[in-house]
Amino acid sequence: MSELTTSVAPPYPPLSEKLRFYGLWVAAALILLILPKVFGSGGALTTFSLIGISIIFSLSYNILLGQTGMLSFGHAVYYGLGGFLVIHSINLIGANKLPIPLPFVPLIGGLTGLFFAALLGWVSTKRSGTAFAMISLGVAELIASSALILRTFFGGEAGISANRTKLFRFFAWNFGPQIQIYYLIAAWTLLAVIAMYALTRTPLGRMCNAVRDNPERVRFVGYNPHVIRYLAFCFAGFFAGIAGALAAINFEIANAAYLGALQSGAVLYSTYIGGVGYFIGPIVGAIFVTLLSLNLSDMTSVWQLYFGLIFIAVVTFAPGGITGLLMMHRPLIKGGSLGRVLPYYAIAFVPTLAMIVGLVLAIETIVHYSLNPSGDPNIRAFGIGFNASSPIVWLIALVLIIAGFFIARRTWSWLAHVWDEALTTARDKGYHT
Amino acid sequence: MLELIIISTLNGILFGMLLFLMASGLTLIFSMLGVLNFAHASFYMLGAFFGFQISRWLGFWPALFIAPLLAGALGAAVERFGLRRVHRNGHVAELLFTFGLAFVIEEIVQIIWGKSPVDFRIPSSLDFPAFQIFSTNYPAYKMFMLLASITIFVGLLLVLTKSRVGLIVQAALTHPHMVGHLGHNVERIFMLVFGVGTALAAIAGVIAGPALVTQSNMAALLGPILFVVVVVGGLGSLPGAFVASLLIGLIQTFAVSINGSLAEAFGPLSPAYAHTWLADIWDVTVAQIAPIIPYLLLVLILVFRPMGLLGTRET
Repeated sequence: MSELTTSVAPPYPPLSEKLRFYGLWVAAALILLILPKVFGSGGALTTFSLIGISIIFSLSYNILLGQTGMLSFGHAVYYGLGGFLVIHSINLIGANKLPIPLPFVPLIGGLTGLFFAALLGWVSTKRSGTAFAMISLGVAELIASSALILRTFFGGEAGISANRTKLFRFFAWNFGPQIQIYYLIAAWTLLAVIAMYALTRTPLGRMCNAVRDNPERVRFVGYNPHVIRYLAFCFAGFFAGIAGALAAINFEIANAAYLGALQSGAVLYSTYIGGVGYFIGPIVGAIFVTLLSLNLSDMTSVWQLYFGLIFIAVVTFAPGGITGLLMMHRPLIKGGSLGRVLPYYAIAFVPTLAMIVGLVLAIETIVHYSLNPSGDPNIRAFGIGFNASSPIVWLIALVLIIAGFFIARRTWSWLAHVWDEALTTARDKGYHT
Repeated sequence: MLELIIISTLNGILFGMLLFLMASGLTLIFSMLGVLNFAHASFYMLGAFFGFQISRWLGFWPALFIAPLLAGALGAAVERFGLRRVHRNGHVAELLFTFGLAFVIEEIVQIIWGKSPVDFRIPSSLDFPAFQIFSTNYPAYKMFMLLASITIFVGLLLVLTKSRVGLIVQAALTHPHMVGHLGHNVERIFMLVFGVGTALAAIAGVIAGPALVTQSNMAALLGPILFVVVVVGGLGSLPGAFVASLLIGLIQTFAVSINGSLAEAFGPLSPAYAHTWLADIWDVTVAQIAPIIPYLLLVLILVFRPMGLLGTRET
């Protein structure tokens, strides 16, 4: 018996691997520490804060989608309720002069998320798959609509606000300036990321993966999939509550939009675009989507349309998200056959880019004609000016789209062919992942 | 009181039948492709806007036929060139594809027709009171909506149960491989069902557009209720969708017409509580909570009957 366990149990990790593992976290902490020294402007600090909040929220969402296989359309409920409770708590603490400094307040948001997830989760997680998705949507609509009815607590359309500086001081910090808020959010982000990573390594985390892959088998082994889904839901609610609390502290306001369908959609977007298959995926997605939404809105008036199109493209062509795409290349790099693929990437890149440019031209022209048909036809999109009324531009767009599409299709099939060969070479050398 | 009951019943059945026009297509698509079309309400919205645009050019009656055909063709194209490709990425990807599609359609509609409601008018040939109940005039257009949706419902029932195509569709629901072996093109049947399902939603859009508000947020408003209907009725059950549509249609219409609140029933709250959250619950009228009643129903159904009213499947 003892022989069996020793042969089945994974080998104890060697010191070098452990050093690398802990070194990674220390490096992450150092980066978070020096980031404001490198990019010190107010805009950059706000962006970092938003990214931190989004990272916690997306990772908490991935406990559901990536780890347990539950597609939720209502995760913002726990985020929003956490935010509201925190605003009320700040007001309460400030009014009664309670000795609770701001850095501990996000915990209130987390506990709120946990409480409501525990309350609503049992019913929500009764079913899995498509039914769960629809139920989460219904519960989210229920809470979001109720928020507009319970005006005293949720403040109606305007929301409720608080003053974070009125709290008990934390050493010398009163958390007025954005830099102090940045460090608060960075610390909580690091803590939450470590906690959520640890969660994936626990037996519960492993059972979540099992429920995702084969719930029937889980039942055979003697676990109740419903209970495991419920526990995962509670953890996800807890971390979503922390994210909501940090958002509320950052903006000093909580309103009905925190709970709404758009917020639930946004976290789904960033998690899925980042990639649900790897722990780091939602982090990549949170960074990418936050930067994208901040920058795209400056470049074009219909950024949400591009956003939706990018999402559809990811779902269609790269279901593993950004990290999935990058990780696909690992066996090739290890096997040394990446060099054979790269030239074909370069070839496929040109017509694809041409097609995208054509699409953008067409979209911006159409947008110009439907939004302000009598306005100045010389418009700018993505920093490039062109004349939307000129037939030459229309023709260029049409040619780019059609020619780009057909050439791109051909080059991508070449790429797929070479890719398969390169992967076979790598696999022959023994590199599978 | 009797007047209120009769009018609300008529309106409730009307709303329920409209819901069923959409829920039937959604259920058929779900049973066959195994994917819940998140963009289904968007095709309803497209139907309304196509109907509005075409009725401006050609008049309402041509629009009633052309708009659903256009939307159905668009739906079939979405299945053929989008969903079929995404299918190999799994069910989650399929659902997310339609989710992204719903978002993109709403954006496009906003770009073309703007965010404010468009002026989609009832055709003048139907703009008169049909009959008078007590003191209320019941508009003819609402009777037309009711008749049209019942006609389509009966037609759909006949096609599904009596015609050859309907039998093949029914067979493909449960035994797609067998139908394929018999020499039918199952993929084309899938495309057809998707096209017809979205066209049904578009018909609902064209006939509901003039009576309700034709606006770019109409899909986002109706979509969640539609999903409540299919979950409450039981995912994949057509009779269930019918019962749930009527149920939710009636409940919501009756709730909107009831002005009672707890304050009215038990007297006003003592002034000591006037500014607390209790006052919100105490003073809210049934009409005000009408929008959340379907979701409450959903939670209740999940507690007591997780597979839905007439559902059989667990997942």
